[in-house]
Amino acid sequence: MTMPLNQTLLARASAKLGPQASISIGLLVLLVLLAMPVLHLLPADNALHISAYSLTLVGKILCYCIVALALDLVWGYAGLLSLGHGLFFALGGYAMGMYLMREAAGDGLPAFMSFLAWTELPWYWTGTDNFLWALCLVVLAPGLLALVFGYFAFNSRIKGVYFSIMTQALTFAGMLLFFRNETGFGGNNGFTNFKTILGFDITATHTRAVLFLATVLLLVASLYLGWRLARSKFGRVLTALRDAENRLMFCGYDPRGYKLFIWVLSAVLCGLAGALYVPQVGIINPSEMSPTNSIEAAVWVALGGRGTLIGPLLGAGLVNGMKSWFTVAFPEYWLFALGFLFIVVTLFLPKGVIGLLRKKGEQ
Amino acid sequence: MRATPTPDLMLEPAFDAAGSGRDAIGASSLANKGLNTRHGTILTLEEINVSFDGFKALSNLTLYIGVGELRCIIGPNGAGKTTMMDVITGKTRPDNGVAYFGETLDLTQMSEVAIAQSGIGRKFQKPTVFEALSVFENLELAQKTNKSVWASLRAKLSGEQQDRIDEVLQTIKLDNSRQRPAGLLSHGQKQFLEIGMLLVQDPQLLLLDEPVAGMTDAETEFTAELFKSLARKHSLMVVEHDMGFVGSIADHVTVLHQGSVLAEGSLEQVQNDERVIEVYLGR
Repeated sequence: MTMPLNQTLLARASAKLGPQASISIGLLVLLVLLAMPVLHLLPADNALHISAYSLTLVGKILCYCIVALALDLVWGYAGLLSLGHGLFFALGGYAMGMYLMREAAGDGLPAFMSFLAWTELPWYWTGTDNFLWALCLVVLAPGLLALVFGYFAFNSRIKGVYFSIMTQALTFAGMLLFFRNETGFGGNNGFTNFKTILGFDITATHTRAVLFLATVLLLVASLYLGWRLARSKFGRVLTALRDAENRLMFCGYDPRGYKLFIWVLSAVLCGLAGALYVPQVGIINPSEMSPTNSIEAAVWVALGGRGTLIGPLLGAGLVNGMKSWFTVAFPEYWLFALGFLFIVVTLFLPKGVIGLLRKKGEQ
Repeated sequence: MRATPTPDLMLEPAFDAAGSGRDAIGASSLANKGLNTRHGTILTLEEINVSFDGFKALSNLTLYIGVGELRCIIGPNGAGKTTMMDVITGKTRPDNGVAYFGETLDLTQMSEVAIAQSGIGRKFQKPTVFEALSVFENLELAQKTNKSVWASLRAKLSGEQQDRIDEVLQTIKLDNSRQRPAGLLSHGQKQFLEIGMLLVQDPQLLLLDEPVAGMTDAETEFTAELFKSLARKHSLMVVEHDMGFVGSIADHVTVLHQGSVLAEGSLEQVQNDERVIEVYLGR
């Protein structure tokens, strides 16, 4: 009860302190991000050239930032800790992957289906060769699943740790389902060997640059959406819901609609992030649905500072930056480092990195 | 559908001079918009039974609250006061019995949210406010308005609503703390804020569970004045242990004991009632 309270107090204090400073830092970061794809287009021998590896890595992290933001909307604002957001991310990714597989297969069946000696597409692959329909699926698959799951969970008044456990079980079930070859999504290999997107070579520098730009735009749009929501009465109702749900009901608000709205919105954002992730990384498989991925997303948010909009982005950036360094330098110790980090944050930084920065700013 | 035999001290509104008087002068119209209070009764509880694992929290509870009445409920611990409020607000479903708000709204069939929206406000025993939000925002959320998701997404305070909140802020003397997070208020201030949240919600029936617990004498006195000014325009049901407070505000007092009404009447009447003395002094 006191923690979210302090958090908001701090947020208020720092808002007075230096909104200009944070806005200029934000703009600077945005400029750098916008410059990156342009620098990638420079010839490889130019000193300012950015390699495909770096661009993809940052693009990937930006997708994770969107997931962190989406998770923070439900966890930090509405108090619903989801340990299954990886599922929505993966569903968006799979929807995009279906399109990419069809594109790569041309008129034939996707390669993995030929291996299984299937002769025709399963019904749910209908129309996936159409990019627009694939985009609809990117929104609909995670959105509808979240809607149905949320409807039953919130109607049954499932809260707190029970809710978290159910989301964890959901993503685990999803993973097991997608591991099966019979499900029709390539089994444990998932989708890979993409060739083109909308007819453009998927590994071409221009394609990469555009995909990267789209990711930056989606992140900015999500941030703007989150900011608008947090400032609206809707956002205040969510905060009230997190801190005193009973009181809110006796004020005449039906919490179910509020929870469902933010829950579905969050799932859709994750799906969109997944859809941008897959063409940049070039692979999607059921391990994206593994429970540890979703837990890791919760670590990003906790580390950055939940209940703020910038915190989760910081957290996702920091952890994934460290991860890519660690997995090169000491690959076998990464999970220990992650666990250690989580313990340190829980014990010493209840408000995350952003809380620490703000404390420093006040002194 | 009135339960017939009423104990000597029970106030059957149909025969209650004050109640019918209110009806005669059209005071029932004060309970506005859509709520049918033709007979001057805003709340009807008849033969309510609630049991938890065999323990009878309420047994054949029958109680009426008139429009514009200020009723105090007293009773020893475990008498069923909070359970009764839970039944009225839909938190607990009675095993059987009749609970009507006005003449037409069946409380046993409505959800908590629907009950709150139809005009019953409740203050909890432990002051419950939205701690992370400012005092002003607390009132903004509680204010009577369209509370659907879509409405909240595009809600903007009108000048009128703003004025109403300002007015209530003055009433509850939190005008100077309007931007403070509610979590930083003192216990008494939280009590007032919660009362203020009820006021902006503009309910026709207010249920107040121990509203002056933890208040200073001055605050208690002020609360008594506030409640007296609220009665007539609203109906109030106040559960309180502080007899001084009860004496200073109540028209009528109902004594609950073991889940049913033991006595009803003015404070003086019930204090002289043999059975009440017995229950309280444990003879």
